Amino acid sequence: MISPTYDVAIIGAGIVGASLFHQLGRFQQKAVLIERENDVALGSSRANSAIVHAGYDPPNGSLMAKFNVEGNRLFDTLCEDLAVPFKRNGSLVLAFTEEEEKQLEFLLENGKKNGVPGLELWTSEQVALKEPNLAKCRQALFAPTGGIVGVYELTTALAENGLVNGGDILLESEVTGIEKIAGNPDYFKITLRGGRTILSRFLVNAAGLFADKIHALIAPVNYTIHPNKGEYFLFDHSEGNCVNHTLFRVPSRVGKGVLVSPTVHGNLLVGPNSIQTDDPDDTATTGSGLESVKQGALETVPGLNFRKNIRNFAGVRARSSRSDFIVEEVPDVPGMIDLAGIKSPGLTSAPAIALAALELLEHAGLELKEKTTFLSRREQVYFMALSPEEKCKLIQKDAAYGRIICRCESITEGEILESIRRPLGARTVDGVKRRCRPGSGRCQGGFCLPKVMAILARELGVPVEQIQQDRTGSWIVCPSNKRTAEQTEKNAGGKTDV
Amino acid sequence: MYELVVLGGGPAGLAAALEAWDQGVRKIAILERDRELGGILNQCIHPGFGLQIFKEELTGPEYAQRFIDTLRETQIEVVSDTMVLAWTTDSDCKRIQTVSPAEGWRQIETEAIILAMGCRERTRGAISIPGARPSGIFTAGTAQRLLNREGFMVGRRVIILGSGDIGLIMARRLTLEGAKVLAVAELMPYSNGLVRNIVQCLRDFDIPLLLSHTVVDIAGKSRVEKVVLAEVDEHLKPIPETRKEFECDTLLLSVGLIPENELSLQAGIEIDPKTSGPAVNQDCQTSQPGVFACGNVLHVHDLVDFVTREARLAGDGAARYLQARRTAGRDVSSAPNSEQTVFVRPGKNINYVVPQKLTLPLDEDPIALLLRVSRPGKDKEIQVWNGDRLIKIFRRERVAPAEMERLVLSNKELKSISGEIRVVLADTDPGTESERTEKSGGAQ
Repeated sequence: MISPTYDVAIIGAGIVGASLFHQLGRFQQKAVLIERENDVALGSSRANSAIVHAGYDPPNGSLMAKFNVEGNRLFDTLCEDLAVPFKRNGSLVLAFTEEEEKQLEFLLENGKKNGVPGLELWTSEQVALKEPNLAKCRQALFAPTGGIVGVYELTTALAENGLVNGGDILLESEVTGIEKIAGNPDYFKITLRGGRTILSRFLVNAAGLFADKIHALIAPVNYTIHPNKGEYFLFDHSEGNCVNHTLFRVPSRVGKGVLVSPTVHGNLLVGPNSIQTDDPDDTATTGSGLESVKQGALETVPGLNFRKNIRNFAGVRARSSRSDFIVEEVPDVPGMIDLAGIKSPGLTSAPAIALAALELLEHAGLELKEKTTFLSRREQVYFMALSPEEKCKLIQKDAAYGRIICRCESITEGEILESIRRPLGARTVDGVKRRCRPGSGRCQGGFCLPKVMAILARELGVPVEQIQQDRTGSWIVCPSNKRTAEQTEKNAGGKTDV
Repeated sequence: MYELVVLGGGPAGLAAALEAWDQGVRKIAILERDRELGGILNQCIHPGFGLQIFKEELTGPEYAQRFIDTLRETQIEVVSDTMVLAWTTDSDCKRIQTVSPAEGWRQIETEAIILAMGCRERTRGAISIPGARPSGIFTAGTAQRLLNREGFMVGRRVIILGSGDIGLIMARRLTLEGAKVLAVAELMPYSNGLVRNIVQCLRDFDIPLLLSHTVVDIAGKSRVEKVVLAEVDEHLKPIPETRKEFECDTLLLSVGLIPENELSLQAGIEIDPKTSGPAVNQDCQTSQPGVFACGNVLHVHDLVDFVTREARLAGDGAARYLQARRTAGRDVSSAPNSEQTVFVRPGKNINYVVPQKLTLPLDEDPIALLLRVSRPGKDKEIQVWNGDRLIKIFRRERVAPAEMERLVLSNKELKSISGEIRVVLADTDPGTESERTEKSGGAQ
């Protein structure tokens, strides 16, 4: 069998890989995005704070500082073009002690050096005026460019746009081997689980939590990934207005501390803590971890009503043995680029990292030719955001937009169908949820799960029993005795016909 | 313009609309988000419904059908497959915004509204169960729908957390379908279900009920593989050395129901934090004149028969409100003033009381106070006080939070009340006059 051949192969369909894949869509060169899971955004990109950081805290001179500030600037156009929810709600770093006040001064200076616009120090009174539910702080650093974004929507939209513009996406394709095949030009031969192979002239490692393992398939180890887990609470919409800005504590040795932030979907997010873990797939929450997050958040917002929690989750960050992001051509492996150790502020930095990766690829010899057919815009219906007239018009055109399936988030059947029928459409219940949110509200899918399963089965032409919640193996239902009996009867009937 | 729009076509909405019709209201619509009427009863295929109202034992769908059949004999309009997004109130009418495939987005005008949206189940998030997040974790009601309406098994080896009635009924149901229910774990030292369900759904099937236990961990990369239970101490904190692991593929949660009042909140209706439902008067009227509430949206009931009884009160209340609007001179679009209001407050060991207020003057009808105690007990009396005056004592051999109490007070007993009524639970004083007592309400 002849292996398909690409100009660029990207391993890992998280925010970093998808951002580069999206950028490559502008060019005639052919790209492929390779992902071990059954959907994009299933690693660190699925469970994080979804914050677009302003960029005052990465050390000046670091790649993190550079890409954070550059990436931040790109979000308005990117999210506008791709119809992804994004809001610049501004962030505040709160100082509660004299010592922390000194650190605010440092952050202000550092931020200015990094090129963060609009930073201001606010007095206790200014903060109280804008954030009446906060514990009384001494001073705060205000960063107007801080924002909140729909992180899976963004990752999915980026990947989808790359697909629409001619790239390929291979899901459930774990990379098990990489070889360099000499020739004119040289090729990477990438072996996938099950034995399939693909060829690519250039290779980008954006494998997140597994970047070190991918790197080690072909190059000597020069960094390792150390998974670091963070746990969260997500509150009901009723608490979404409890704070206006993203509220940070002064960063300490262990990270940025527990933040309290509205989400772009109108919920309230509280977390994370920071726990070392050996298992990059370990996204289980723990009783003690959640308790520590709760206590941390209550220090900032004493009145938080934890009875309004609707979901806990944990995400794993891909910290590396180096202190900075790794964005470089792999030493001794020309044509292979590492985009690794992309911890916080990775989401914010991703659009800028993608541009830097393009430069690295060009530098390595990839000739990029722009294509004239590039589609930069993407549309998506958010039914509840429409005016009554627009709602009427849309329902007249397609009655499915008049049937609300998810009552908590008011998500219509039309939006769910759209999420399945799009390029890179949803194949699982959680895939639908990540694209258009049914099941992400206060009942957590209690009411809409059977309906979403039925719609998926109908659209995909498979029995409901085959519909998965999330990753492969996450079955939801099996046939009842009655159904099995009916099926047996039907099968028996079928045989006599033959 | 409608006289009355009922939000929800479950048992509460059906009975309320029918009662209003019987009282002479003619322009009534029921808005239902599902395609069929009947609400949650459609998935409750077990018997046990109707003993109070029809004096016979029916299944959920049969119980609903009785009302649907009666409805067919009226000109009550049923608008199904329609979701209510919000409503606004003017002095002359209320405007309800709805969306449906057939009609698109539209605004419906009405003089009065009855809220009958029911409740939803508390989820894993509400109690922050730690662990992994694989598939195979369902609320008991969702599992019930999947099994009874869609015909799917939700798993083969099951742990149930919470001994609420739906969880107990699902333990039996899953067992009958061939699943192995390993245990029902209950955080409290007592069950939250009706006694008849503990007997008929657990004991009869040898399913262990582990009191003072909770889930402390869930394992499984894609589907549930293991659930870890532990005993809790008197502060409800898990005791680590009592951890027990159960290999299973499914965890059902039956950890409580919450009245679904997001619409009510949005419309500015006063909510009682104890019930999570609207605060109402004896006619089930909310803080917004012309808006009534009944059934599980008001407070969570044990039995559908009680829902029906309450819904009739609301239907009757709405009819009288509409009548009063037609009677010249009486302004009913403003809320009663403080002199016309007597507040009903839960006192010691009482979790909540509905109605939360009485609007004066009272009419001839007796008034029923519905309440739940906050902990189980034996040989108790429930005392109803108005200021320093003890109005009435209701003796109970046993009380439990799972079983709603109904205290009926006559017009005579409520004569000359003012200020505040307080209901408290106390130990029975052997010396108390027995003539003032009444037998247990009979939730069994």
